[in-house]
Amino acid sequence: MSIVTLHINDATHEVDVDPSTPLLYVLRNDLGLRGPRFGCGIGQCGTCIVIVDGVAVRSCVVPASRVRGQITTLEGLSADGTLDPVQQAWIDEQVPQCGYCHNGQIMTAKALLDRNPDPTDAEIREAMDGALCRCMTYYRIQAAIKRVVQQPMADARDTNAAIAEEVAE
Amino acid sequence: MSDILELPKAIEEGLHRINPSTSRRNFLKSSGALVISFSAGAIPGPGTLAAASDADPALMVGPYPDPDYRQLDTWIVIHPDNTATFFVGKTDGGQGTGTAFRQMMCDELDIAYDKTSLIMGRTDITPDQGGSGGSDAIERDGWPMRRVAAEARRVLLELAAEDFAVPVERLVVSNATITVGSEPAMSVTYAELVGGKRFDISLNGENVDATRGLANVKPVNQLRVVGQSLQRYDIPAKVDGSLIWAVDVKLPGMLHARNVRPPLAGAVVSGIDEASVADLPGFVRVVRRGNYVAVVCEREEQAIRAARQLRVDWERPADPPFPASDELFVYMRRATPTTISEPDIQGDPSAAFAAADQVVVAEYEVPFQGHTAIGPAHALADPSDGQMTIYSNDMKSYRLRNGVAEFLDMPRDQVRVVYMDGPQVYGRTAADDAGFEAAFLAHELGRPVRVQWTREEETAWDTKGPAYVFKLRGGLDAGGKVTALEYDACAADFNHVGYNEPDTVLIAQLMGRRPETPAAGSAATPSLMYGISNRRTTTRVVGLPLVWETPLRTGNLRDPNGPQVTFAFESFIDELAAAAHIDPVVFRLDMLSNSDEDDVFRRARSIAVVKAAAGAYGWNTRPSPQTPAAQTHGGQKLLTGRGIAYTYRNRTIAATIAEVEVDRQTGRVWAKRLVCAHDCGLVVNPGGLRNTIECGMLHALSRALWEEVRFDTEKVTSVNWQSHPTLRHSDTPESIDIVLVNGDPSPDRSDLAPYGAGETSHKPLIAAVANAIHDATGVRLRRLPFRPERVLAALRTAGVSTS
Ligand code: FES
Ligand code: FES
Repeated sequence: MSIVTLHINDATHEVDVDPSTPLLYVLRNDLGLRGPRFGCGIGQCGTCIVIVDGVAVRSCVVPASRVRGQITTLEGLSADGTLDPVQQAWIDEQVPQCGYCHNGQIMTAKALLDRNPDPTDAEIREAMDGALCRCMTYYRIQAAIKRVVQQPMADARDTNAAIAEEVAE
Repeated sequence: MSDILELPKAIEEGLHRINPSTSRRNFLKSSGALVISFSAGAIPGPGTLAAASDADPALMVGPYPDPDYRQLDTWIVIHPDNTATFFVGKTDGGQGTGTAFRQMMCDELDIAYDKTSLIMGRTDITPDQGGSGGSDAIERDGWPMRRVAAEARRVLLELAAEDFAVPVERLVVSNATITVGSEPAMSVTYAELVGGKRFDISLNGENVDATRGLANVKPVNQLRVVGQSLQRYDIPAKVDGSLIWAVDVKLPGMLHARNVRPPLAGAVVSGIDEASVADLPGFVRVVRRGNYVAVVCEREEQAIRAARQLRVDWERPADPPFPASDELFVYMRRATPTTISEPDIQGDPSAAFAAADQVVVAEYEVPFQGHTAIGPAHALADPSDGQMTIYSNDMKSYRLRNGVAEFLDMPRDQVRVVYMDGPQVYGRTAADDAGFEAAFLAHELGRPVRVQWTREEETAWDTKGPAYVFKLRGGLDAGGKVTALEYDACAADFNHVGYNEPDTVLIAQLMGRRPETPAAGSAATPSLMYGISNRRTTTRVVGLPLVWETPLRTGNLRDPNGPQVTFAFESFIDELAAAAHIDPVVFRLDMLSNSDEDDVFRRARSIAVVKAAAGAYGWNTRPSPQTPAAQTHGGQKLLTGRGIAYTYRNRTIAATIAEVEVDRQTGRVWAKRLVCAHDCGLVVNPGGLRNTIECGMLHALSRALWEEVRFDTEKVTSVNWQSHPTLRHSDTPESIDIVLVNGDPSPDRSDLAPYGAGETSHKPLIAAVANAIHDATGVRLRRLPFRPERVLAALRTAGVSTS
């Protein structure tokens, strides 16, 4: 065991773990984060993705002790209480089925849009290709990404509240 | 299910540290589910027990008797702030059924949607409605929910009538408030009548599905919340990371376990060298029973390492457990069946074939396909206080509870399952197996144990949809009319495992605990609506040499046999249409019109659905294929074609059109456009329904293009996302159009019922793709999946230029 220092979502944490422990288990089991999840442990599915200095990184295959940069997890996207436009688009498009893969989908999309705010359809497909979904929500995911691209200030109106009002009348 | 009502203190505190706004207490406050008063006269019903556990954790200690479905208080609690919580015995795998239940119950209770919350599938506090399965959530289980909500409204109206001393007829209800029609000043809220108190109303019904009180449900034209595309309540927490999933639960003192599976199917443990891991940090114990082996450690990464490092001697079985996947269909055709059905004969098929102008024969092959959930199976079990609590995403939480109780020989009311969100549950997944394993290990160790399967374990060992070989024969008369049809199906489905059976879950099999006779399994027949007078249908089941302890164990996988059977049947219908030189839509419509079967107006609805699909696609009438294979030389690299397939599942009808591009040089198939027309009667939430239809189609597209369980004669070899490919972003269609059809002859009738929708769109898609490939290339693919190598080989064999 040894002390590993991690910078996550604007806070610094020190954990005492075997330095070879994959980042995923430290995030989940020592720091109580729930965005990154286990899907394969071999870098093939994307459910464990976090963003390190702007790059989507598969936390299941990176030893915690090797990570030097700023880590952002799904929780960190809305740390100030406002959803990231990507998250809002996910709600507007009602993207998830089970939702288990969507940490990876959202974080991959976020990293893509941060480096390329106006991707073509082909670039979206290529950048997202390593984020797998077994409920097959791909079509909605791509629609949500296009929504962010097309309307940077997406209308965040709460449809449910609006409908609830209508119904109440 | 973001409504996590009862969480162990430690998680609660941890949660609060990470994100105070999502802690249970706050959630309960904001959702209105917290019943603060807990004095005499308050509700000792489920809502209170769950919500009051903060105040008095002892309340959550067992035993956990079954909530009584014949008590209104089991289903609905009205809180002092005039909100309500609904308790239902279902689970939601992400198709939005939870939202739909709330919508239906809100309508019957006359309460605004956002003033309610819903708890699902917790065996100790929700009535046993069986969890999920069979796409009958809305079709069957929605009815008792609607009736009990209507009954609650009736009781509230009576209480108000008594209070105001006016007849019930003079009262008006809106938004959980009852007013005397002529005197708006005279009004009372539901909370003022029963908030925080019991209804104390008994219900009738000989089983949970039949539960009812005295009230009737509303006619369809009075439903206001039903029919709205309300957003799913569970999505925000899935998107911002605040949801607590079954994988997230942590308990004080919990341990982590990993299974160590036989490296070869049927291998037997002959020795374990515990010393190989005993010195590893965090090592706690190796548990072995028969051929079941697990390693338990303090920390997760320690368990992973120990499971890899543990030296186990496995004895290779004397006989190969199964043929290699490349030999599977040869094996199945030759194998002695374990069951043969009596032939089902209609009319005189022999005479009809003898008189036919043309006879078409074709065989189709479907390999084993798996669930391969994105998140491998997992569960956490807590043996505290002599009880057993299992945190699981198992879609049949009640059966998991019953099965574990029997497996551990514990009274049923000392076991409970806390259902929580998890990865996909499209049938009998390995979540069942992991639940038993966690409970067994927790029982052995006396501490909470979390079991997490690996990717390789999930992909190799989860239950499989049965492999099939089909032979179809059809007779056409000179006018291109189908006069005879023979259908023969052979399924590798012997010892099909059920849900949460204490003698067939994997751990039981490996321990040597098993029933005397394996389940017979089944081979299915098509959902036949076409008017074909002379028919012969035969089916048989075969088994593989290794019956127990095999990774090739079959279990229900989404619409268990529908995709296989419909692939063969609707491909064959297309082959007949092509032989008759008739447009495939016209051909089908003609046979549908001749059908004499019309349960739930299926004939008219089927015709409406096929026409709607063709209309939405812009189908132009012509026979398939566009160009016969032999003439598809040179020219364009991408060949384009369209194909249709139609089916029904129970009462729901779907027709799907796929437009594909086939790359002549690489063999890659891209389903560029999909159209689905779908009639499932009354639609509760159109937005949610569209999403489910869409994903059901794409799941089948994955099965059409990529999925196959591969094995050699010793083990499964397709074990991760490289060796077991799945649909990806790059395969996604460019457009998907869904048309919701209401083909009922009286579409506005007041008793229009909702039918199931979780699986119908999954069923015809594979055939639509196969038919489209044929239309594009003139080549008929009769074996799944249509991976590039297979497509390319088929194009070459048929003489299509691939350069
Ligand atoms: S869990 Fe990290 S890529 Fe799959
Ligand atoms: S939504 Fe279930 S795996 Fe992607």
